[in-house]
Amino acid sequence: MINLNINGVDVQVEKGSTLLEAAQFLGFPIPTLCHMEGLSPYGACRLCVVEIGEEPNSRLVTSCTYPAQEGLKIRTASERVMRARKMIIELHLASCPQSKVIQDLASKWGVRQQRFKQEHEDCIMCGRCVRMCEEQMMAKAIGFRGRGENRTIGTPFDIKSEECRLCGGCMYVCPACQLRCTYNEPDKAICNGCINLAPPCVEKDNFHDMMCYMDPCVACEIKKS
Amino acid sequence: MEGQIMDHAEVSNLTGKSNDQHGGLISLLEDIQAKYGYLPEEQLREVATDTGRSLVDIYGVATFYRAFSLTPRGRHLISACLGTACHVRGGPAIAHEIEKQLGVKAGQTTKDKEFTFETVNCLGACALGPVVVVDGHYFPKVSPSMVKDIIDKASTGLDTVEIDTDQRIFPVEVSCARCNHSLMDPSHMIDGHPSIRVTVSFGSKHGWMTLSSLYGSYSVSTEYEIPADMIVNMFCPHCHAELIGGAKCGDCEAPMVPMIVRGGGVVQICTRRGCKGHLLDLGGATID
Repeated sequence: MINLNINGVDVQVEKGSTLLEAAQFLGFPIPTLCHMEGLSPYGACRLCVVEIGEEPNSRLVTSCTYPAQEGLKIRTASERVMRARKMIIELHLASCPQSKVIQDLASKWGVRQQRFKQEHEDCIMCGRCVRMCEEQMMAKAIGFRGRGENRTIGTPFDIKSEECRLCGGCMYVCPACQLRCTYNEPDKAICNGCINLAPPCVEKDNFHDMMCYMDPCVACEIKKS
Repeated sequence: MEGQIMDHAEVSNLTGKSNDQHGGLISLLEDIQAKYGYLPEEQLREVATDTGRSLVDIYGVATFYRAFSLTPRGRHLISACLGTACHVRGGPAIAHEIEKQLGVKAGQTTKDKEFTFETVNCLGACALGPVVVVDGHYFPKVSPSMVKDIIDKASTGLDTVEIDTDQRIFPVEVSCARCNHSLMDPSHMIDGHPSIRVTVSFGSKHGWMTLSSLYGSYSVSTEYEIPADMIVNMFCPHCHAELIGGAKCGDCEAPMVPMIVRGGGVVQICTRRGCKGHLLDLGGATID
């Protein structure tokens, strides 16, 4: 066990856990968008920043990637943390103003203004879908492409990937609620398009729904009835 | 576009090189880019199968680095600097003018495959700003009205060296396959013609070498004596990239070095000292 001090409370957490896991386990709320149980820590959304160490040498770190260390002092809701966190939410809100998840976060954390130009992107580059595809679905059909402001997520060459099984896992985990898998052309995307009526679902007799995140799925409903 | 199709064996050949040490993806992609001038989809898929990596990873690396291109590049590369110093002195207006003249956006290649235009973030020549670089030639203090002139100069050839062609053995004029800069050295004559200058390295030695530009002549002069049968590495003296292709010498199996011949075509020479393996490919017709 490792001794920590979170917000002035002396606690013990298990060896190997991250600050985020420790704080959430003990009931300190830390918001996050890119972290998900079962996926590797990534530290992309920066929402889970906490302040570690003693003033004036304290610093902000992403708690989802920072391992618990013996005697570490952590503040999850100091003024500095709140200021940074609100700014990050505001920036996320500017890139994805339509996302309900981010709107809810903004409301919950008291972000009442929008000083940045709204980009109306559909992605915050949290990489959840990429990790889901690789780590849980073992497919590696989608990934990051390009660099800097031109960075996008999608399949190589923007064509349907042979590795993609249309499991829908990427959409299931997306905090910005947008499509990832399949084509980059919206009219060919699997959402709403009832493309689940096409293979792989309908043509397979005993399609195993364990590895499918399409819910509700038109093909499944038809087969059931 | 003969010779643009690398058969499977050649990609396997390249991938085989990097298999022993883990990683090496970038150097592998560099080799493919050196061979084709860009990264064809088919070859990337082959790299994925041969190295056992997923295509997503390879595509991610290929799109991350500016040095790699997924579309064929033109014969001439025009880079307009948009770094801070060039930007405040009117770089964007020049980039816009080039786009207008060529009819392509930054990063694209003209339909006739003559020009590729790209913007860069700094060329390290801020005092000359705004700078435009064409095939390794720097044009300082460019104004939008000079753009047309620069493009015209580029299409007629920036490194034109007058060479008499009224002889039976004909001289070739070559440029680097990577940066398109001319390799001709008019200040150093061999066989009465400007020589081809490259940088060579072998063992611990690193120096210049000049070759006769007469096709069929094997006269060379070097800074250091190269022992017979030594395989040397050749580099472009301008972009310092290694001149490598996938081809092997038909006579001695040593790697061949490709150079672009002005007027179209590729000449390949054997890297083994003393070997007379040559291959001239002038757009389809091969002369041995």
